[in-house]
Parts: sequence; structure tokens; C-alpha cells
Amino acid sequence: MLQQLEELKLKAFQELEGINDVKELESWRVRYLGRKSHLTNILRRLAALPLGERKAVGAYANEVKVYLEDSLKQRGEALREAQLAASAEKEHIDITLPGRHLPIGRLHPITQTLHEICDIFSSMGFQVVEGPEVEWDYYNFEALNIPKEHPARDTMSTSWVDFQTENGVPMLLRTHTTSVSARIIESMPPPIRVVEPGKVYRYEASDATHVPMFHQIDGLVVDRGITMADLKGTLYEFSRRFFGEDRKARFRCDYFPFVEPGVEMAIECLVCGGKGCRLCGNTGWIEILGAGMTHSQVLQRGGIDPDIYTSFAFGMGIERLPMLRYGIDDVRLFYGSDLRFLRQF
Amino acid sequence: MKIPLKWLQEYVALTLSSSDLANKLTMAGIEVKGVQVIGGEWENIVVGQIIAIKPHPNADRLSLPTIDLGTEQQTVVCGAPNLRFGDKVAFAPVGAQLIDGHTGQAFRLKSARIRGVMSSGMACSEKELGISDSHERIIVLPAEAPVGTPLADYLGDVIFDLDITPNRPDCLCVIGIAREIAALTGRSLSLPEVSYKEAASPIDQQISVEIAAPDLCPRYGASLITGVKIGESPRWLQQRLLACGMRPISNIVDITNYVMLEYGQPLHAFDYDKIKGKKIIVRRAAEGEAVVTLDGVERVLSADMLVIADTAGSVAIAGVMGGADSEVTRGTTSILLEAASFNPASIHYTGRRLQLPSEACMRFERGIRPELTLPALKRTTQLIVQLAGGEAAKGVVDVYPGKREQEPILLSTGKVKTLLGVEFSLDQIVGALTSLGFDCKQGDSASEVWVTTPYWRSDIHLTVDLIEEIVRVIGYDKIPATMLSQSLPRQNPEPVLGLKQQAGRILTGCGFQEVITYSLTSLEMLNKLLPEPHPLEPMPLRMANPMTAEREYLRPSLRANLLAAFSANRRHEDSGIRLFELGKVYLPRHNDLPDEPEALCGILGGSRLEKSWQGKEELLDFYDAKGVVEGLLNQLGVEANFEEDRDESLCLGKQAAIVVDGKKLGVVGELHPKVLEAFEVSEPVYLFEINLTALLPFTIGHKMFQPIPRFPAIVRDMALVIDTEISHQRVLDIIKSFPLVNQVTLFDVYAGDQVPRGKKSLAYRITFQSPTHTLTDKEVNKVQQQILNKLSSELGAILRG
Repeated sequence: MLQQLEELKLKAFQELEGINDVKELESWRVRYLGRKSHLTNILRRLAALPLGERKAVGAYANEVKVYLEDSLKQRGEALREAQLAASAEKEHIDITLPGRHLPIGRLHPITQTLHEICDIFSSMGFQVVEGPEVEWDYYNFEALNIPKEHPARDTMSTSWVDFQTENGVPMLLRTHTTSVSARIIESMPPPIRVVEPGKVYRYEASDATHVPMFHQIDGLVVDRGITMADLKGTLYEFSRRFFGEDRKARFRCDYFPFVEPGVEMAIECLVCGGKGCRLCGNTGWIEILGAGMTHSQVLQRGGIDPDIYTSFAFGMGIERLPMLRYGIDDVRLFYGSDLRFLRQF
Repeated sequence: MKIPLKWLQEYVALTLSSSDLANKLTMAGIEVKGVQVIGGEWENIVVGQIIAIKPHPNADRLSLPTIDLGTEQQTVVCGAPNLRFGDKVAFAPVGAQLIDGHTGQAFRLKSARIRGVMSSGMACSEKELGISDSHERIIVLPAEAPVGTPLADYLGDVIFDLDITPNRPDCLCVIGIAREIAALTGRSLSLPEVSYKEAASPIDQQISVEIAAPDLCPRYGASLITGVKIGESPRWLQQRLLACGMRPISNIVDITNYVMLEYGQPLHAFDYDKIKGKKIIVRRAAEGEAVVTLDGVERVLSADMLVIADTAGSVAIAGVMGGADSEVTRGTTSILLEAASFNPASIHYTGRRLQLPSEACMRFERGIRPELTLPALKRTTQLIVQLAGGEAAKGVVDVYPGKREQEPILLSTGKVKTLLGVEFSLDQIVGALTSLGFDCKQGDSASEVWVTTPYWRSDIHLTVDLIEEIVRVIGYDKIPATMLSQSLPRQNPEPVLGLKQQAGRILTGCGFQEVITYSLTSLEMLNKLLPEPHPLEPMPLRMANPMTAEREYLRPSLRANLLAAFSANRRHEDSGIRLFELGKVYLPRHNDLPDEPEALCGILGGSRLEKSWQGKEELLDFYDAKGVVEGLLNQLGVEANFEEDRDESLCLGKQAAIVVDGKKLGVVGELHPKVLEAFEVSEPVYLFEINLTALLPFTIGHKMFQPIPRFPAIVRDMALVIDTEISHQRVLDIIKSFPLVNQVTLFDVYAGDQVPRGKKSLAYRITFQSPTHTLTDKEVNKVQQQILNKLSSELGAILRG
């Protein structure tokens, strides 16, 4: 009996070694380990054996069974490994072929810039508001200390709308978003902290640095105890977040009829870092925005008492910012709708 | 405005380098936008004197001057016609850098043989030196120019190009800038000494002045100089005018311009003998009154313009331009000189109306203080007497109906701190103001001061104006930067802004590229949207002063611009194009600003996916456009119906109105072939348009949470054969009307050989689900049969075998 088992073990192992197909493993299992296999038969008939022989044969038969089962498992794993390796070899793909693309859309670079700016000011407690683009002369000029025949009107060439109102009030395309500030001063009770993005228009021919329509954002803060130091702090913080930690900023005196004192903020040139180059006209500085303490007459006209409230205001052109950031040299590209341009942002 | 530093130096010592000075002025609000160094390139060029002139042996037009350079002498070949023995010239040796007189390019001078004669060096023209465009003649320097001196030392200068803000007319002159520099650098200002000999006869006996419109002319000053000789002004004066960008004309005109540049006060010289009645009347023009101005053009005036007249008629348009009749000419011997103050708004109006911008006009319209008239008048009289000969009449005319006392302004250290957020001492404040010429007197308390504005400043009215002056001089860098510390104001965000952002995000997610186009368009563009021409109703708003015909009308919709953008991009894009714009459109209203709803427009056409090595190309169609709209509205929580529509720009039968709560808020459809043709597009293009402002109320608070189903669903497919004309929507509405129906998906539409003629097959996948229990097949079978019965009885549908 032991002899038979020994032979069986050897034969089964040899056959197993010769198997190279996972499917054949199953028939091997049935043959040697199945219910009708010789080994199972031997095990089943153990009870009929004399006690001494039964013990020895039973132990050995079980040993053979465990051995064959382990061998089957090993062989099976080895075969699967080999099969995976073979199929990996066979099913190799060209990973340099391009992927399948879904169409990708992007926001216009000006929209992206406006979102970025509004987010920065929102985080400082500013609310985003908008106002009409077609505006009365009053909110664009008169309310902002720019009466008729004021020389400041010459610097903002105006597109007038051909429209007759009953009282003859002139209608125009707003030349700056400061018109929204004039409306806010009139309609919103202080404290006020708003930014006003939007389109503005100038009566100008197009060239690489001028377009008849562009974007601005104005800001207005009205509250008790607002100072020029707050203006500086707010705008420096904006500059730090938009242009980066190390970009130096400076204030210098400038004139806008609706603020006093008026300032212009400039940042260190992005190209030369302040050494002077063509972009910054050799000054090392790039003008970014105009600002100042809102003129008391402007507050008063809108119904805010300048003895109780002080206020600062600022206004900034948008196109210049992505132009500086990406090195765009022609402002008309923003409004040409050319996908070859727009897809770059 | 251009100002040469050498001129400035006559009034204030310049202690800083020109770049530091430029920076200092810029920081204080006087922007130096350019610095031009004259003579920076004049290496080796020196002052020489012509000590001999010989003819060229081989050329009639050339000569051979010998030039003394102090240490040596050079004989060169020269073609200029104005060589004169003894003249001082600018001599350039070999190696000097010059500007080519013909090409305008810089070059280095080499020795050359010209018609057989060697020439090592040359006498230069103004153009070759880069001073002006004059090239015909060589430059002749003043006789006192020292021979051998580097030309840069003698003629070189630095010219500041200044951008003066409209509030500072006092800085539109050399003395004004000198005054700023003196204040900013702590130096003192020295003004020209003005005195001249006067004749015995008093001026009042020779001319009288009447101001008939004192509201437009607060002050009128005049002097009279007889026996002058008209001619060229001296070279130094011409040079200064040229450096400032003005053309020399004659000595009298040049002197009035010179004093305007020096003092900032425009002046006008009349030929005294041409003034009729020996009387000047400052009055409003008669309506339609005509005057021929100095440029020979007849100008027709209106009653709101101011003229200077004599007893016969107007002799000048006040502050804008002189009249031809009273012009100073070669034969003039007596000059009536005017220095007046005019109403700025009136001058601005007249200058614009007559389209006569001038240096004088620009200064008057910014508001020049009347106090400036007399100093400038006397200075001009002095220079005329000095440089054009003649004799000044005794005294000046000074009619001054608009005299006003300057009220002092009270300023306190507290007020300064309130506005600037930093404390300056009274000493600092007084120091800064005094340096600018303000007069400060101690107020009632130790922290207060009464400030009187100097006569040349027209921009100071309020305490805040003084505060700006203080911080300008002390420096904005002394103001700290603090963060807003007040509590946050209440926020009331405008919901339409959020909707715009959300719509933008969804559409970019759908593969659409945002564009921004001009709000102004042309009637021609708008008409391209009409397959059959007809007048637009309502007419879009028109500009009164359109820049070009392409930008004449305010767009009533975004369509035309997007189509144009599609068409332009098609020239270089061969795959699918998806564009959208989010922006205002302008709809006229009666007697009010236009309505400006926020519109959203999208346009698409071409292949659905990028051309690829896998799969075949499929074209975008109506259902892609509709799918985007459905996806957008779904994400915004809006339920919309799509109904047949008749938008003339779209194909009939291939368009749907987007209807929300019974209101049409937009449209989606295929563009009409004639419209596409007008935009030069030769493929089907689809468009959708939504009025976001009108959509807004439906996007707020309409989303409700639906619990995730706890019981399994049963899915059944059902293919129906039905008449071709019956819409999917009718089938859908019936299926959805049954209980337990949770979701219905149309997954196949077929018409062809497999179904009878006039029929189509619609295949639906219906998901049945109950929120309360697990469904049985029996339950579902029952509902499914009921659905089929209803579809059959109402629509004649049969189950496809």
C-alpha cells in the first residue's frame, strides 16, 4: 500500500510538472485528488485495513494528499504568473498615442482676472456691485466734481448716446466705473465697502494700447475713521496678493477731481524689477491704479455727511494686468475672439 | 510740457541729479514722463570758428572752410550754403557720432575723400546734432561761444517732458516748476528782475479798456510799446522756444510765447495802429458774428463766446486766437500788449466749439489766477523793450472787476491726522506749506493755523486741498499702511453676479470658450441676422458721435458678434467650435436709460469631438445645443419646457423656445442658412440664447432634496411603434404620469424598413421604484400594461414585436 502511494505521488507530481495550461490543472485535480481518484479510494478504504497498517497508510496518504494539494496550488500560481507575463507582452499598447479629449472651455482672461481681483477684495470684506454701462452725464461726471467744460473731461473722451430725454439730460457710455461709486454714495447708507467691476468706454481709435471698450474696477469705502493709511494698507495688501510678496509698491501724488488728496499707485516693473526698461519707460515703476480720499463734495452731493464719515476710493484698469502678467503686447487681442489667443489662458 | 533744466536753473539751484530730480517731481504729482538729454551723444564735438574759406577745386557747390578749434585747425569739405568767415560752428572730428541728414540714422564720422579732397571732420547742421530737422544749413553758434569748448558744455541741456494734471495750471511754466523744485529740495526761488524805462505819455491817454462781460473776464491788463522793430528774435530765445517744442516766428510773438512759458500767463500782441477808436471792449460775441483769425479762417461765433473788440468790431476771440485784422506784421511799429484773465469754462467751450486748441487756450481753461496778469505783462513789456526796441508808455491799463479777497483756511493737526492716519507736527505742516508759498498764521490754539493761498494757485479751496500739499512735500512714504479695522458692513450680494459666474463655470465645463466682444456694433451686422430685410424694431440705441460705422449702435443681442467670431475662427479651426458670451445687451426705454439685461449666448458647430485616430467624426447638431441648455438649466435648478418657436434668424422647425413658468426666456435652434451665408459660414451652426436676468428668479430656492431610494428598482425596456408626427414629449408625458415611474430614458429612435411607412420606433427604458417597499414583478407588470393601454388609446402606439 505504501509502495502504491509512493508511486502515485511520483506519477502525479511528474504529470503536474508537465502541465502548461490552467484548464488541464482541473482534470489533473479530478484525477488525483477528486472523489473518484485513487488516493480518495485509498483513504476511503482505510477502515478496512488492519490497525497497524491503517495508521501508517493513513498518515502517509494524508501526507501525499497535502503534498499534492500544495503542488497543485504552486503550479497554478506559477502558470497564472506566466500567463499574465505572456499576455502583458502580447497586449502591450503604444502609450505615446494621444488620449481621448473632451472639449475644454475656458473663461476669458479678463473674466479670470476680474474674478481673481474680486476674490481678493471679497476676502477683505468688500461686496461686489455693478451699475449701468449706459449712464447719465450726472453720475459719470457732475456727481464726481467734473462739471461741463472741466478739463478732466478732455482726458476721458466720451461716447454720447443719441437719445432725447424730456428734460434734455445727456446720456453717455460710462467712461469709468467710478460712476457706480457715485450711485452707491447716493443709494447705500454707510458703512460702505464695495468694489465695482465692469466695462467702460472711450471715444478712441484702436491701436496696440487703446481700445474703445475695456474693463475697470472701482472700489469705495465709507465709514467713520477711514484714513489714507487704510487706503494704503488695503491697496498694498491687494498688490501683495495679486503681484506677489516681493513686488514693491509706491504711492505718489496724482489728480482726480473726485478725490483729495489723490494718489497713483505703482508697482516695481515686472520686467526689469525696478532697474528701468522699455516697458516702464525707464522709471522702474508701472502705474497700476488711481486712488485717494473721496472728495467731501462728492460725499455731500450723495447725501453723506463728510464731517461724520470719511472715505477712500480707487480705480484700476483691468486689461493692463494680464498684459503685464503674460507679456501680451496688443490690447486688441482681448476683443478679437481668436481661439488661438484665448486658448492660452 | 517740455522744460529745459538750463532754463530752470535761472530761478532755482538744481542740487539733484536729473534722474533724482525727475523722481522727486513725479512723486510730488508733477510727472516727468520723459527725460531727453541734448548733447549726450556729442562726444568730441567742439565749438570752432571759420577762419578761412576756399573754393573746392572740383565742385562749385562745395567749399573748403578752415576751422579753428583752439588747439589745432582743420580744413574740411562742406556743402552748406551759409558758410561765413568768422562764424562759430559745431565741429565734429572723425569718430564723432552724428545723425545722418538724409536717413535720420546715427552713424560714426569717418574721414572721406570728397571730389578728390580729403575731409577729416565736418561742420554740423542742427539735424546732424539731433537738435532739429534743419539740415540745409550748418548751425551758426552765437559769437560769444568759446572756441575749443565741448559743444555739450555750451549747448547741451536736459529737457524734462512733464505731464501736468489739469488742477495745476500754475505748473504749466518754468517758474511754476522752479517753485515746486525749490519747495521739494529746500532751496529758494529767484524771480527775474522786471524793470524798464517808461515814456512820458501815460497809457490811459492812448488806449481805454472796457469789460462788458465781467463774468467771463475778471481782469484785463494792457501795456503799449511804440517804436518797435519787428524781426527775428535772438538765437538764445529761439533756442529756448525750440527746446520747449515751439516754433520761433518773430520777435514779438516769440517774446509773448517766451513769457507764457516762463510765467504761465498767455499774452497777446495787437498792432496798436490797427485798433480802431483806440478802445478795447471785452464783450460777448453777437450771434453769428464773424471774425477772420490769424490762420486766415473765417470763424462764425455764437453769443456765448467772448471776443476782444474795438469800436469797429472784434479783433480777437478772447483767449483762443487773435484776429487777422489786428495782427502784428513786418510793418508794425506799436504793440498793444494784452494780459488778461478769462473764465475757464467759457474758454474751454469756445476752444472745443471752434476746434482751436492752443497753448494759450489750454492754460486759460485750467483756470489762471487774475493776479498773474500784471507780473507777466510787465515782464513781456520789459523783454519787448529790450529785444525789439521801442518805448513803453507810462503805466499799464488794469481793469479788474473780478477782484476777490483770498479767504484764509483753518487747518489743524487733528484734521490732518483724521484724513491721513498719521500725526504731523504743526512745525512740519507749516514748514511744508510755507515752502510752497502759503502764508501761515497761528490760529486760536497751538494745534491750529490759518493758511492763505499764494496768488498763483487756483486749485486750493478746502482744508483737504492743503492736506494734499502737506503730504506731497513731506512724502507719501511717511503714511503708514494699516488694514481696515472697522467692523464689516452688511453684505447684500447681487444674485445676478452669482448666476453669471455659475453659468460661466457650467459652460466652460461643457467645452465652451468664453469670448468678450464690443458692445457697439453696426446696423449692417444686425441686418445680417435677418433672412428677409426689414427695419429693426425697436431700433437699437445709436451713438451721437460714432467713432466708426462698425461701432455705431449698442447691441440689442449678442448673436451677431458671436456669429462673426465663429466665422473668423473657422478660417483657422477645422474641428468643433463652441463659443459663448455673457454680457449686457441694451434695450431702449422711453425717457430713461436703456434696460441692460444680462444675456447669455452660445454658438456651436463642426465636429463633436476633436478629430482623433480613434472613432469616426460626428458633427454637432441641434441636440448638442439643446443638451447644453438642458444641462445648464438642470444645474441651475430650473425646469423648462421647449416649445416650437418662430425666431426669424433660425431655421423654421429646427428651433425651440425655452419656456419657464409660461415665460419665454430664451431660444435654441439651428441658424438660418441665409444668416449663415451673410456671415460667410458654410456649415450648419447652432445657437442658444438665454436672458439671465429674467431667468434669475427661477434659479433661487428651487432645489429640494430627494431622499436616496432605499428599495431596489425594476428596469423595463419598451419599444413603441408610433406615428412619425407624434413627439417624444407626448409619449414621455404619458409615461411619467403613472405612479412608481421614477425615471424614463429614450434610448433609441428608429424609422426605416423595419417599421411600417409613416411610423417610427421609440425605445424607452423605464425605471420603476417605490419609496416604501421592494417592488414585485406583478406590480410592475400591472403599471406597465396600464401605460401601454394609455399610449395605445391616446397615441395609437403599439408595442414593437
